[in-house]
Amino acid sequence: MSFSVNEPSNRQKWGAGILVISYAIITLLPLLWIIATGFKSPADSISYPPKVLFEPSLEGYVNLFTTQTRASEETFEALGDPTTWYDEIVRKKGMVIVGPSRFSERFLNSVIIGFGSTFFAIVLGTAAAYAFSRFRVPLKDDLLFFILSTRMMPPIAVAIPIFLMFRQLGLSDTHAGMILLYTGVNLSLAVWLINGFIDEIPIEYEEAALIDGYTRFQAFYKVVLPQAATGIASTAIFCLIFAWNEYAFAVLLTSGNAQTAPPFIPTIIGVGGFDWPAMAAGATIFLLPVMVFTILLRKHLLSGITFGAVRK
Amino acid sequence: MADVELRNITKSFDKDIGLEKVSLKINDGEFVVLLGPTGAGKTTTLRLIAGLEKPDSGEIWIDGRNVVNDSPAQRDVAMVFQQYSLYPHLTVRENLEFPLKSPILKTPVDVMKRKVNDVAEVLRISHKLDNKATELSGGEMQRVSMGRALVRNPRIYLMDEPLSSLDAKLRSELRIELKRIQAELGATILYVTHDQIEAMTMATQIGVLNNGRLEQFGPPREIYENPSSQYVATRLGSPRINTLPVSIFGGAPAGSALIGLRPEHIHIGSGQDCQVTRIEHLGDQIRLHLRLAGHNIITLTDTHTSIKVGDVIAIQPNNPIFFDANGSRVV
Ligand SMILES: Nc1ncnc2c1ncn2[C@@H]1O[C@H](COP(=O)(O)OP(=O)(O)OP(=O)(O)O)[C@@H](O)[C@H]1O
Ligand SMILES: [Mg+2]
Repeated sequence: MSFSVNEPSNRQKWGAGILVISYAIITLLPLLWIIATGFKSPADSISYPPKVLFEPSLEGYVNLFTTQTRASEETFEALGDPTTWYDEIVRKKGMVIVGPSRFSERFLNSVIIGFGSTFFAIVLGTAAAYAFSRFRVPLKDDLLFFILSTRMMPPIAVAIPIFLMFRQLGLSDTHAGMILLYTGVNLSLAVWLINGFIDEIPIEYEEAALIDGYTRFQAFYKVVLPQAATGIASTAIFCLIFAWNEYAFAVLLTSGNAQTAPPFIPTIIGVGGFDWPAMAAGATIFLLPVMVFTILLRKHLLSGITFGAVRK
Repeated sequence: MADVELRNITKSFDKDIGLEKVSLKINDGEFVVLLGPTGAGKTTTLRLIAGLEKPDSGEIWIDGRNVVNDSPAQRDVAMVFQQYSLYPHLTVRENLEFPLKSPILKTPVDVMKRKVNDVAEVLRISHKLDNKATELSGGEMQRVSMGRALVRNPRIYLMDEPLSSLDAKLRSELRIELKRIQAELGATILYVTHDQIEAMTMATQIGVLNNGRLEQFGPPREIYENPSSQYVATRLGSPRINTLPVSIFGGAPAGSALIGLRPEHIHIGSGQDCQVTRIEHLGDQIRLHLRLAGHNIITLTDTHTSIKVGDVIAIQPNNPIFFDANGSRVV
């Protein structure tokens, strides 16, 4: 038997494969369950024993995007026949659609706040990390430690002072306020991760560019950035995931205007109890952006997440 | 191309001395080689000229201007780094084009294409132009680094051991090629190497650095024949110069402690008796290892000698050089 550092043996490959597949099944099952629940009827969703096979229905999605009210026979007669497929679904329950729900609005808030704060955390984090990595910053180690220390307690521990500050500054329940807050929380992570990635790029590359007639900014843009792209992309995913899923601050600081999807989804209440299919539909749609973002960046993510160990 | 001059340059790092009071003048069109052991300050000298380091004191003149406060881009120099200067995210061609695309040069596409192809041809990397820079062997990377400098026409080329990881054949070919390019372009080159053959064959001037000091600066022959110190004498010549206490042969000038004998400066046939301990046949020459009063000596002899291991032969100095106890030259 030969031994190779980077070529596992067949048995190792099989073992690893089985482990990975079992882990994938375990983590994917709840996800599949949520997605499936979104397509169940309310009755199927709470039936016991749980139904694996069911007749798919779009009722959950319709309930998610609309507000409805119970209507009397006269109303139905006055309205005439249902004009759309979703009208039909709703009327079968003896209800009528009175307008759109607030879900789209909340979802859009999540997109604006999540991507906005990720953008600022990455731009500011990259600038700070570059400075820490390349310039002689006085008290550099202390500053870096200070930046990290902002993450040493759970952010929610400072919820009350932040709540009061936001109220004073008129930032409560605004997009700007939430972007500012999430940017602040993510910044320490961004600075630390990106600092590590930039440290790994030999300074000679930039020096060569400087000698070849490029300015420092051009050298940064043409030489450092492409090489740090991998790391920056994975950092962006971490930041987005945090901002996207954040619940506690969102509950505390937002309500009518800038509320994001996480505090909104659990408030979907159907007729006579929780509307599980609608909630599951909301959760499914809520998953999509992060999933798409991660898939788009996955090429970078795979190599970035090893933190340079096998970066080429 | 231009004159470059260092005047009394001192540069220290936190606790290390990088360079101490170094002055040297590189005339337009000269090929100056810096020799010195590791840590002597060779790379530091290049970086100071390029503007990547600022001297603690002293002046750097390029083309009649003190450039100490100029940015690297303003100095218009090209540098081949000792390691890492190919951009891993670019192909070989893009790497070679990079300096030409700079905001200062903004070379037109057709000129750029021609230059890149020419340089690739000279450095024998034409077939790798479309490879990623990371998909090259160490020697190929070095040639591309050199190409990145050669596509430009700067005031001075600074080259930090550019041929060190090539095999002997390619190295000697590129040595000749580089010398040809230099002569053709009338380029001014400051070249760092550990390889004394490179130094002797290419240099018009050699500077020997040791511990941040410039020990001697002059044409190769002068450095070889007329070294200013024992240290300089040992840098050049293979096999190395033999150094022995002066008492062995006598007849030394006052104040000298050591006698330096290059292998070819030993006359066989008369003088002190010594024993032959080893004979090395190198084809074009034969090296004799001798033992004299507890000291090892190496000398050369012609290829059809009848001397055998164990023989006792007589030797005496021919054109020796003398050093005092500190290793300084005594004339
Ligand atoms: N950035 C730096 N920080 C601290 N010390 C440095 C720095 N650069 C160089 N030195 C020190 O300065 C001295 C000269 O270094 P230099 O790189 O010029 O040597 P060199 O002659 O090029 O050696 P080599 O042949 O190994 O490349 C060394 O003692 C080195 O440790
Ligand atoms: Mg060096």
